[in-house]
Amino acid sequence: MQNSKNIEFNTETLELVNRIISRYPEGRQKSAILPVLHIAQSENSGWLSSETMDYVACLLQIQPIEVYEVASFYSMFNLQPVGNCMIEVCQTGPCWLNGAEDILAHFEKRLGIKPGETTADGQFSLKTVECLAACGNAPVIQVGTEYHEKMTTGKADELLEKWQSENKCSHTNPYL
Amino acid sequence: MSLVKVTIDQIEVEVEAGTTILNAARIIGGGVVPPAMCYYSKLEGSGGKCRTCLVKVAQGSAKDPRPMPKLVPSCRTLVQDGMVVQNITSPEVMEARKAITEFLLINHPLDCPVCDQAGECHLQDLSYDHGLADTQTVEDRRTFAPIDIGDKIKLHMNRCILCYRCVMVADQLTDQRVHGVLGRGDHCEISTHILKAVDNDFSGNMIDVCPVGALTDKTFRFKSRVWFTKPFDAHRECTKCSGKVVLWKKGDEILRVTGRKNKYGELEEFICNDCRFEHKEPNDWQIEGPRKIERHSVIGQNHYEKL
Amino acid sequence: MAQQILLKNSDVPGLASFEVYRKLGGYASIEKTLKNFTPDQVTDEVKKSGLKGRGGAGFPAGMKWSFLDKSTSNPRYFICNFDESEPGTFKDRHIGQLNPHQLIEGMILGSYALGARTSYIYIRGELFYVLRIIEKAIAEAYANGFLGKNILGSGYDLDLYCHPGAGAYICGEETALIESLEGKRGNPRIKPPFPAIVGLYDCPTVVNNVETIANLPWIMNNGAEAYAAIGVGNSKGTKLISACGHINKPGIYEIELGLPVEEFIYSDEYCGGIRNGNKLKAVVAGGSSVPILPAELILKTAKGEPRLMSYESLAEGGFETGTMLGSGGFIVMDETTCIVKNLLTFSRFYHHESCGQCSPCREGTGWMERILHRIENGHGTMKDIDLLVSISKHIEGNTICPLGDAAAWPVASAIRHFRQEFEDHVKLQKCPLSK
Repeated sequence: MQNSKNIEFNTETLELVNRIISRYPEGRQKSAILPVLHIAQSENSGWLSSETMDYVACLLQIQPIEVYEVASFYSMFNLQPVGNCMIEVCQTGPCWLNGAEDILAHFEKRLGIKPGETTADGQFSLKTVECLAACGNAPVIQVGTEYHEKMTTGKADELLEKWQSENKCSHTNPYL
Repeated sequence: MSLVKVTIDQIEVEVEAGTTILNAARIIGGGVVPPAMCYYSKLEGSGGKCRTCLVKVAQGSAKDPRPMPKLVPSCRTLVQDGMVVQNITSPEVMEARKAITEFLLINHPLDCPVCDQAGECHLQDLSYDHGLADTQTVEDRRTFAPIDIGDKIKLHMNRCILCYRCVMVADQLTDQRVHGVLGRGDHCEISTHILKAVDNDFSGNMIDVCPVGALTDKTFRFKSRVWFTKPFDAHRECTKCSGKVVLWKKGDEILRVTGRKNKYGELEEFICNDCRFEHKEPNDWQIEGPRKIERHSVIGQNHYEKL
Repeated sequence: MAQQILLKNSDVPGLASFEVYRKLGGYASIEKTLKNFTPDQVTDEVKKSGLKGRGGAGFPAGMKWSFLDKSTSNPRYFICNFDESEPGTFKDRHIGQLNPHQLIEGMILGSYALGARTSYIYIRGELFYVLRIIEKAIAEAYANGFLGKNILGSGYDLDLYCHPGAGAYICGEETALIESLEGKRGNPRIKPPFPAIVGLYDCPTVVNNVETIANLPWIMNNGAEAYAAIGVGNSKGTKLISACGHINKPGIYEIELGLPVEEFIYSDEYCGGIRNGNKLKAVVAGGSSVPILPAELILKTAKGEPRLMSYESLAEGGFETGTMLGSGGFIVMDETTCIVKNLLTFSRFYHHESCGQCSPCREGTGWMERILHRIENGHGTMKDIDLLVSISKHIEGNTICPLGDAAAWPVASAIRHFRQEFEDHVKLQKCPLSK
């Protein structure tokens, strides 16, 4: 949960970023902003600090405000620090029809936190999200790039135990 | 230059091809001109957002007389030869405009008594013309804390209607935009994200283009209601802009300097911050004479021209 | 068993690999098309097939292609809309995850027809694991000469890339998608101009849904006539239906358009009936945006004819008594469902997803959610019900993009068909169905 003041990608990540930038026409490197922000967020403990966004602006040769505008628009970007493992619970219609409220309540009870909060030890954050497009297997949760479908409270317990024991980190480079 | 004929509320006018319905209506003038809260003719790409200027196209063109299926934003829809438009003659348009006015107000603080924009606020005008007497909302309004963006401009986000004009001013008049629209949906806000001064020679024009009291001049803050001040056209030699401004005076004191606005509230020319903020002494300026206020504004109630 | 175009080989292990896909006849359409068809002939085939856009709007795909501005020397772009986010819809994920090569094959055909040399698959950011699968498949296609320079010696070059979104339903609207792909906020553009004239990087652009594109290989292999022979009326071909909610067998089904709704819900080949032997209460037939219909109107039209799974039949009766096929997100609710609460979740969704650009949607979606929240929790008044109808009417048609309509229709239709239930909430000062 620390704030890395001077974020800088390593050579390998920079190579990936440059490969992504090269997918867009010359002078259109701003197009790479979403993929690069995803990577930057994963390297900055799961959230985008001002410094991180400024670094991305610098990489893409655009004004910092252009990055802030974009980062604050898309719901996958966190502009505040989050826990090591962020549990995102879908709550839209189809998941609600199949008991999403019970799943959310169970996580709240087990973790002792409400959506938008992080456990005191910094391990878990809880977040409600809108439709994850897996409604056939509702209720659904997402952790990092993993989907966990047909959730039950029993399954939630199993997953929590597993994540607790392995210090699960949900913000890994999504391209890898 | 090819001319096309368009009929707005039964009044026919010939305009250049490529003119928008709104600008065609402005050529006719008077009551058929739709209100525009976000469109600004001098800002490229503006308009289309607030939806107050929606009109009905009863006939698309002479060639294709079919009506358009939905109301269209008159500020962004080009006239066609033989187009027939209904604005104030369409009950559907008037109902929509009333609804849009209500949408713009449900989260507005209605703090006109303490707002410096009162008296020259387009949202006030719009509400006066199209607003309901009562509110239909019971919930709390969205609130933001007022912030300073630089030492000359105050941002009251609560009052903002997200017209994007100030963002376009920064994009089109200055070389480095530091403020923008952050967030999404009704959480959108104008901000610099990390408190940064909006600081360049033309940033003050953000105040003049703001249709509401979201961006106000800190050097004028709480000094006077605008209708107690008397506007004069004046100019000075300026290396950055034309130096043509309006001085807002109370007695001999210059309380405020703004650009000169036309009857639709749009600046004739953008002025520099030097003229706007740094020259408040009477001998800084050559006074040309009283400024005519053409809008149906309370400022006009002063009848100072006769003095 | 209905004709299977998209799900045919879903059960084959390793279908996502080039080797398996190729063995099953994959990429044959590229060989055939690049050799025997000019780009315009491909467009003609798609036009003749009657294929409609499968993302929700149902606009004829071939016609959309024919609007592309070919008068300029600017590059042209073909974009796949994989921003699947409409509640109730989960079919595209299935294609991308299990059958990525069919999507890539379709992308090559569409790009060739439109003269695009660079194409993008815009996939919602939540589905990064699917993006990785597709990127792997793209790499295989390059390695085997189906992408890159001089494809199969035809002289045609194509580069294909994936582009992730980052959590914004609005980017499924094609001009918002283009803005997002340009690295901006997902604010829909004011139209006209349409993307076919001024699209990505101000160049002529076509955006199509995943399922639409995945149909192209079959059409080029089997001919437009064969495709048009499937289905009913102007609803040609097959359609993926994402079925969810209170049914025994939720999942993705490929149906021939024209299948009776009753058969779809109750037969064991499809949804297998309502869970726990409960009674059917209501269906949202085409993703959360389309009007909800009560059981009697989804099974039969107001005229008493059996309702079919087709563009025309589902729309029969207009919004008074009908609905839309939309994206094919089929949400089934049984008798235990509170319509108000379900609607509240939809309204919360649209409020959350409104971009905030135009005032009716920015302010109206939140207002509707707040009123519904009040009614559901026992604090509503009878006046609130009429207010909801009035707000929905004032959003509908008055916004920059269709999200306003999408937010308004569920509200208007739920009150149209289930007004009593809203009134019961008000009278009882609580939800009559809550536990």
